[in-house]
Amino acid sequence: MIKVSGLHKHFGANHVLKGIDLEVPQGAVYCIIGPSGSGKSTLLRCMNLLERPDKGHVFIDGKDITAAGHDVDLLRTEAGMVFQRFNLFPHMTVLGNVTLAPVKVRKIPKKDAEKQAYEVLRRVGLEEKALAYPRQLSGGQQQRVAIARALVMKPKLFLFDEPTSALDPELVGEVLDVMKDMAKEGATMVVVTHEMQFAGEVADEVVFMDEGAIVEMGPPGVMFSRPENPRTKAFLDRIL
Amino acid sequence: MNYSLLLQHYDLLLIGAELTVVMTVGSVTLGVILGTVLGLMRLSAYRPVRWLAGLYLQIFRGTPMLLQICFLYFALPQIFGPTIWSNPFLPDAALAGIVALGLNSGAYIAEIIRSGIQGVDVGQTEAARALGLSHFQTMELVVMPQAFRRVIPPLCNEFIVLLKDTSLVSAIGAKELMYQARAMGAKYYEYFVFMVGAAIVYFCLTFVLTRVSGYIERRLAVSD
Repeated sequence: MIKVSGLHKHFGANHVLKGIDLEVPQGAVYCIIGPSGSGKSTLLRCMNLLERPDKGHVFIDGKDITAAGHDVDLLRTEAGMVFQRFNLFPHMTVLGNVTLAPVKVRKIPKKDAEKQAYEVLRRVGLEEKALAYPRQLSGGQQQRVAIARALVMKPKLFLFDEPTSALDPELVGEVLDVMKDMAKEGATMVVVTHEMQFAGEVADEVVFMDEGAIVEMGPPGVMFSRPENPRTKAFLDRIL
Repeated sequence: MNYSLLLQHYDLLLIGAELTVVMTVGSVTLGVILGTVLGLMRLSAYRPVRWLAGLYLQIFRGTPMLLQICFLYFALPQIFGPTIWSNPFLPDAALAGIVALGLNSGAYIAEIIRSGIQGVDVGQTEAARALGLSHFQTMELVVMPQAFRRVIPPLCNEFIVLLKDTSLVSAIGAKELMYQARAMGAKYYEYFVFMVGAAIVYFCLTFVLTRVSGYIERRLAVSD
């Protein structure tokens, strides 16, 4: 589904990604873990070209999206993104947030877009909040709207950038539940997360990154119980 | 002091006030259009464009407003001909004044617009781009509406400054409020009375503007 090869990214003198190779098959859930500053988020942001990699390629469905001459705006709709800080548009209602891209990017008539919006809002359990403004919602509800906003575009895969890190602990569960449902329904997901329990339950593969490189990856059962690399072990010991 | 002169000649003050308002509206309009363009230029990805806008700001914020007014009215006709300010609608001096004030306030408004746009969280842009919106759509639908709320209070402030600065145009003979007060003061040698009269009119005008801006600010605060 998505394949990353030989990816390099610098921020000034800082070498953030040092040759990343990763392939996520259709329907798989990959959780990326690692200490802060290890390049997890940057890798994720390269996958929909929010960051331009300096070197290397990103393929979605076999198509090289890093090659020149593509309509980048259109390519970005292939990958739905959910951010740590929700980034809902505060001047629009929930419905406005969810219908914006279908109407403006997909050029779907407003009526149809609203119908689809209500469908995805039902999936995240927020149908009755359609006319509320983001500030009237809790953090967990806002993040579920952000997921609905990504869902409605029917992207080929979903990118989650620490989706629960900005939430109060009691609100984490409702967001993770929605993500679990998505995984069950066969969505392809790449999730940067610190939620090890979620990774253990849902991930097909856990990817451990450190200092801009993938150190080790494997099924959660293996990664969490008997990691091979001492850096993986040290990291997991600290947080588990 | 003969205050009855005010009652006798208040119509001249009001005629002056009318031109003051016309010049304010004209220069505000010009300033907002110019300021928006310059503000966006300051945020351009292209260095020469940013540099050009920066140069403009330096020049217009770095020289006196009165000099700019006089430059447009006295100096430009020496190059482009004595009739460049002729027009069927307004006295020459008033038009030159509007353009000068508009060019000047454009520089200040550019900074208001720029900081308003920069004040919108970068996450908003990222979310919009990630959804597939183009750069232009992102500005139009996501960034600008949010920046708009932020720039309203400083813009109102700028309008009030501009209203008062129209008095400088009296220096080139535009018969606005300040000019009328001076002329009448000189005519009767009753400066005190007419200055007080003009001050009251200026105060009333700015008072209304302050109230309107306060109202808009509260409205925006509610919907935020």
